[in-house]
Amino acid sequence: MPSFLDLKGYGHLLIDGAMITLSVGVAAMAVALSLGIMGALARLSSHAALRGLGTTYATVIRGIPELVLMLLVYYGGTVLLQWLLSLGGGDVRVDLNAFLAGTLVLGFVYGAYATEIFRGAFLAIPKGQVEAAHAYGMTNGQVFFRIKLPQAWRLAIPGLGNLWLTLLKATSITSVIGLTELARQADLIKAPTKMPFTVFFAASLLYLAMTAISDLVRIRAERWASSGFRRS
Amino acid sequence: MLGPFDLALVWSSLPELASGLVVTLQLTLLTILGGIVLSVPLGVLRTAPSKWVSGPIWAYTYFFRGTPMLIQLFLIYYGLAQFKAVRGSGLWFILREGYWCCLIAFTLNTAAYTIEIIAGALRNVPLADIEAARAMGMSPFAILRRIKFPIALRILFPAYTNEVVFILQSTSLASLVTVMDLTGVARVIIARTFSPYELFITIGLVYLALTYLTLWGFRRVEAHLYRHLRGRPVAVVEGPALR
Repeated sequence: MPSFLDLKGYGHLLIDGAMITLSVGVAAMAVALSLGIMGALARLSSHAALRGLGTTYATVIRGIPELVLMLLVYYGGTVLLQWLLSLGGGDVRVDLNAFLAGTLVLGFVYGAYATEIFRGAFLAIPKGQVEAAHAYGMTNGQVFFRIKLPQAWRLAIPGLGNLWLTLLKATSITSVIGLTELARQADLIKAPTKMPFTVFFAASLLYLAMTAISDLVRIRAERWASSGFRRS
Repeated sequence: MLGPFDLALVWSSLPELASGLVVTLQLTLLTILGGIVLSVPLGVLRTAPSKWVSGPIWAYTYFFRGTPMLIQLFLIYYGLAQFKAVRGSGLWFILREGYWCCLIAFTLNTAAYTIEIIAGALRNVPLADIEAARAMGMSPFAILRRIKFPIALRILFPAYTNEVVFILQSTSLASLVTVMDLTGVARVIIARTFSPYELFITIGLVYLALTYLTLWGFRRVEAHLYRHLRGRPVAVVEGPALR
């Protein structure tokens, strides 16, 4: 390990934290992508109720800070579960799993942004293609999986790359509910090392490494996605 | 322990929440002002042809855009105490205050994003307009002031609107370094009353209202500023987007 990351023997904890940062980021991204596709389909649906649900989700969640949502779900969820379990009698202590809570909240928040990204992508697919597919006798499901989704992915890639970069940085918020990811580990070792600046700077370099690599992958993915498209 | 939504508690908390709202708005406004002061000159220099000028600015924006705002805040709030020179300096009474550390961290963060927004807009000013101005005999400064800035402002307006909303929401991080903003006040009341639902939902609704009020206000300003361009396609800001 490079010596500047040794931090009086505590440095490896930052690496451990970075691994958890990546795990919670990837897990939340999976949740966000699923919710994003469902949210976009709901927003574009012909059912008014579904449309309302999708629009409300995307509108409300993007208007509230992720920190507030994180605290609401974690502490609110604890109170709720405690109450539910106490119905059976007795005093119960509940500790929500921070990894699960963090993943779900981040996935839920960024799912709202993903909804908008996928909605834009679905809208960008020419209507004529869908009509042509229907004219060939494809079912709605076939049109979705063969015509819409493959193209939507490609159109959504620039937006999704940005989503991942933002989400990756936002995982630092999970430190407030006690998940020992990178920011929390740095917070924990700042006192025993007596080098708060060095510790947080080392942590920021680890984040920077993760975002820089992600950014390179994003650029490659965008190039791949736009191959075959002529720029107007 | 969990009853129906306690409206009486929300009602009795309103005065405290109002004081938190003032701090939230103050932090947002000062951060925006600081961000503009830093990012306008640096945004122009970011487009300088010399790598020696644009390079260091790129390094600054790359670091601040590539790391979480939370870490930047902690770097300043907890980190600076590591240096004797800082602790001994006359500025220490400022730098040990959560509020000032937030202002510094948020300003540096938004400036980094805004520099790139400004530089991107300046690069997209049509070359023909600049050439026309040159042909008219305008000085480089006059071109910047009378041609590039007005056109760039129009280009960057939607992105900057989004940046302001992002800052508004990010000020909630201030509650993590003892600042009594909207979120900070709510957390203190929750610690006292143990009613996370009521308080977090209430402040969530306040942030929601502030977010869409800001978007609406900026859209109105944009529509007013560019009313002579009506009919041209404009980017519609429907809601907050990613930075």
